[in-house]
Formats: sequence, structure tokens, C-alpha cells
Amino acid sequence: MTVQQWTLLLVASTFTLYIGVAIWSRAKSTKDFYVAGAGVSPLANGMATAADWMSAASFISMAGLISFMGYDGSVYLMGWTGGYVLLALLLAPYLRKFGAFTVPDFVGDRYYSRTARIVAVVCAIFVSFTYVSGQMRGVGIVFGRFLEVDVDTGVYIGMAVVFFYAVLGGMKGITYTQVAQYCVLIFAYMVPAIFLSMMVTGNPIPQLGLGGVDQVSGMPLLERLNGLHQELGFTEYTSGTKSMLDVFCITAALMVGTAGLPHVIIRFYTVPRVRDARISAGWALIFIALLYTTAPAIAVFARTNLINSVSGMPYAEVPEWFTNWEATGLLSFDDSNGDGLIQFVGPDSPMTNELSVDNDIMVLANPEIAGLPNWVIGLVAAGGLAAALSTAAGLLLVVSSAVSHDLLKRSLMPEITERGELLAARLAAGVAVLVAGYLGVHPPGYVAQVVAFAFGLAASSFFPVIILGIFSKRTTGEGAILGMIAGIAFTGTYIAWFTLMHPELSNAEHWWFGISPQGIGTLGMLLNFAVTMTVSRFTPPPPEYVQDLVDSIRIPRRAGEGNR
Amino acid sequence: MLVDPHTRARHAEYWRRNIRYVGILLVLWFVVSYGFGILLVDPLNAMRLPGTEFPLGFWFAQQGSIYAFVVLIFIYVKLMNDLDEEFDVAEGDGP
Repeated sequence: MTVQQWTLLLVASTFTLYIGVAIWSRAKSTKDFYVAGAGVSPLANGMATAADWMSAASFISMAGLISFMGYDGSVYLMGWTGGYVLLALLLAPYLRKFGAFTVPDFVGDRYYSRTARIVAVVCAIFVSFTYVSGQMRGVGIVFGRFLEVDVDTGVYIGMAVVFFYAVLGGMKGITYTQVAQYCVLIFAYMVPAIFLSMMVTGNPIPQLGLGGVDQVSGMPLLERLNGLHQELGFTEYTSGTKSMLDVFCITAALMVGTAGLPHVIIRFYTVPRVRDARISAGWALIFIALLYTTAPAIAVFARTNLINSVSGMPYAEVPEWFTNWEATGLLSFDDSNGDGLIQFVGPDSPMTNELSVDNDIMVLANPEIAGLPNWVIGLVAAGGLAAALSTAAGLLLVVSSAVSHDLLKRSLMPEITERGELLAARLAAGVAVLVAGYLGVHPPGYVAQVVAFAFGLAASSFFPVIILGIFSKRTTGEGAILGMIAGIAFTGTYIAWFTLMHPELSNAEHWWFGISPQGIGTLGMLLNFAVTMTVSRFTPPPPEYVQDLVDSIRIPRRAGEGNR
Repeated sequence: MLVDPHTRARHAEYWRRNIRYVGILLVLWFVVSYGFGILLVDPLNAMRLPGTEFPLGFWFAQQGSIYAFVVLIFIYVKLMNDLDEEFDVAEGDGP
């Protein structure tokens, strides 16, 4: 069977699986729709969280990015996992005890203010839509490359599938489809990684192979790659080029952003008890760590393979995969010195680089570069789709519940019936899918920048006010509102200034303290903390019943309280 | 809400213990990632992770810190579940 037939078979059968799961688990009440009836087991929630969390960026782009960035790529590895420690220790158990349906729900009740709720709704919708547009684009790209349909058509197919299970099943449908999607994506990620690790290092476990010995040269693999980099004029793989402060700030912004992303936080509302919320954060991180500790190994194997197979080679003798990917425009060779050889060199080399390679190729083309069987290539396509669709669905749910629950039920139409609210939630989910599809067809800027935007905004809006809402009773509604506005306005302006308005100025010389737009969420978060705490000091303390509420979320079960 | 003074004091003590656990675990979280993986990465790279070919700082940045995060969460779960029992604030078995 050809690659395309395998891809079609695997994609069609996984899509059938997702739709089957969605029909089996459709939502019957608003509680089902918003939080899956709060009856998800911690293990299933951990798996669903992992799929919810790992997006097209994690699956398709991350290993390639690390491969090009070397040590600097650590910001993604630590940044996108360390946030789970913050979630588990500082947020998940308390929010579960609070027992709300959405993140603005918590903000509105804790800060006894409709304004705070509305500000939170706006932040949640903004963050989720910026993030989801990247996912729909990812779906389109996978379809475009592997099934030879137009990227936009790919987006429409993805929309139809998400529409089906998000609108029908709500959180309940999404949760169980995400469990299935996790299994698909992790299998699709690990199979080529294990093959590659065997080939390059002789060790079937990629995490160990990374610290092993290169089969060809007999040298330690990382030392061998550093040597190749030195010969070709690249910076040593295991040291970076970013400033230490920037690495610090990007890592912090990604960690805190993780802990402040509404679609991740609401997953912890779906388990029955506080202790389940704690352990499911642990399960989630184990499932995520499986992919995240494999990614740096893939990065090194792919980098070594790429250098070995193309550097200094005559262009006339390149392997077939090279020509295939050249056709997509993601790989291009320009023989500027006319010697017919491929000069793939870094900035420190006397020669001019002639090869440009798109980051995304590393995961998508790896099976071909390594000469793996056709079914593995089809599997990678199905895995990429699973990663993008599962994240998109989680984000769309945040948008729909922010509209139907926070805006309608809790603010504008408090008398709305249960059935009316459920219908509104479905309608909102449907509209959100259409908007997401539109953004996927007309993406605002580059996907990676858009995602960085979402993290910076989440870090500088939600994280500080939720933490302070739990850990400081004295924090007032006025403080939280001004803090969120200050944080999101500062971060949004800085990112927009350097990425949308003046991309030509975006370099360390013009950045404040050398902090890149990706890392600025860290400063935005500190600003939010400072504003919230200062304003709280000068405004009247929260009412007695709110202080009681804070007391109650700090204790899993108080005397006299039943088991919830 | 009426809570008798003894229970109130017990709850305050539970919260203090919780804060202490979280504080200690977050110090470790900071040390393995920001400490070993970023601030001290250069001096640590002069060493190898025993039994492998990993430069130690690089290993913390791309592997070790992630393993440590997982371990830290499971330690937290164990400590808090025990603390819930000790202060009789644990939830029942069934939802």
C-alpha cells in the first residue's frame, strides 16, 4: 500500500472512532456539557488533559524547533511541563473544591463582581480564540501534505469533525474522545522515535539513546553532534545563543501560562473529588512527559541524520524524500556558489548556507528520512490530527461555556431554564467552531507567534488573580479587575508592538532588558500581582461571606459538610 | 458560618502545614529547572550524568527537570492525602 492509502485508512478509521465515542457519550444536562457531570476518573482525566494540552505545536513543531535551537529549545520542554507543578500545588485542588463550571465563574464569585466576571470572560475568549486558530491551521496543513487536498478544505473537514463531537457531547464527549486521541497520538509519536533510536544509537528507548553512543562514529552522540556543529559553523548543540535572562523569562511565561490557560484549568472540574484533582494532575504530567522527554531525543537523531545525509552531498544524488519535500516548499536548496554540492552551514562558517529547512519537517519527514515503512508515515499524519483536534475541541468548549454560562446564565439572563442554557451552549459551540474555522483559513500572523500570544496573555491575566484569590483573603474585587486589565494590556501591547506592528525591531537590542515577546508574559504577570496587591490594600476588604468561601475552598471537607 | 474555635484552630493549622509543604516543593521545583537547567547550566555541563554521555546541565534542562516535576507532584499527592487523614478533612470514598 502507498503512503497515501495508509494515511487515508488510518485517518478515516481514527475519525470514525472519535465520532463513535462522541455518540456514546453525549451530554444530557448542562453539568454534563460543562464538566462531564464531574464524574471522570482521575486516570481518564489525566489522559484527556494530556491530549487537550498537547497541540499541533507539541506534536508537529516542537521536536523540529528543538532540533534547530539545541539547548535553547529547553524553554519549551521545561516551560510546557513545569506549569503542571503549579497547577497541582496551587490551583487544581482548590478550584475543584470550589466546584464551578468555568474559570470566569470562579473569578466572578470570588471577587463578588459582575465586572470581574465579564473581564474574565473577555480574557478567556480572547486567549482561546488566538490559540484555536493555530490548531485549525495545523489540521489543514496535515491534510494538505498527506492527502493532497487543499489546506482550506482540510480546515473544513476538521471543523466538521470537531463540530460533531463538541456540539453533541460538550465536555463529556470531548473528554472521552480526548482519551482516544491521546492513545492515537502517543502511539504515532513513539513508533518512529523507537525505530530512529535503534538506528542511531542501538538503544530502543529514545530517552536513553539520547545519552548513548552514535553507532556510526562510536562517539557519544551529543559530543558527535557538537563536533559536527563546530565543523559546519553552528553554535554547539548543547549550549545556546539566547541570553540567560531571556531563557529564564520565556520558561517562566510558558509555565505560568500553562497554569493560567482556561481549557487546562477546567479539566480539573471534571473529577469527583479534591484528591482526584491532585492525582489527575500527576497522571496528566506522566502522559505529557512521555512525549516531552522523547522530543529532545528525536530532535538530536533528526539533526544528526539530516547533517549526515545532506551536508556536502552532490545535489544530483539526493535521496527521494529530499525531492518530495522540496516540492512542498518546506525544504529548499539554492546553489549560490554553483559547485553542485549542498553547503549546509551555520553563521560562523566562511561559506554561505544553501539549504533552508522548515522546522515542521523534522517530525513529519523523519519516517521518510529514516526509511521507515509507509504505515508509520500514515500514522504520523493521524497523530498530528489527533493532537490538533483534541486541543481545538477543549478550547472551543471554553468559549461556548463562557458565553452560555457566564454571559447568559450568570450575567444577562439569570432566569434562563436548564434546557435553554444547554441549547445556548450548543449554539455557542457551533458558532465558535465556525469562527475558529474562519481564523484557520485566514490566520492572523504565524502560528507560533499566535500561540506565544495566548500563553503571555494567560500568564498575565488569570494566573495572579486565581492564586491570590485562594491564598490571600484580603485580595479585593477592585484589585483583581485592575490587575487583570493591567497585565493583559501590558503584555498584549508589547507582543503586538514587536510581532504585528514593528517586526523589524524585534531583536535583543530593542527588547526591554533583552526579554523577547515570548518571555514578556513573566513581566506582565509580575505587574498584575503588583497592581492587584496594591489596589487591594487601599480598598475595603472582601465581604464576610467571600472570606468564608475562601476558608471553605482551602479545606477538602469541613465538619458538617457532606461528601460532594 | 458558625465554626467552633477548636475546629477553626485545627483548620488554620492544616492550612499552615499545607503552605509549608507547598513552599518546600516549590523550592525544589525551582532548583531542578531554573537552578540546574538555566542558572547553573554551564558549570554543570562540565560533568556527565553518571552512567551516560549526557552533559549534566543539558540533561537537567531537557530530561531531568521533567522527571523531577512528575516526582514532585506525586510526593505532594501523598503528603496531602496523609494530611487530610490526620486532620480528618478527607473526603469519602464515593462521589
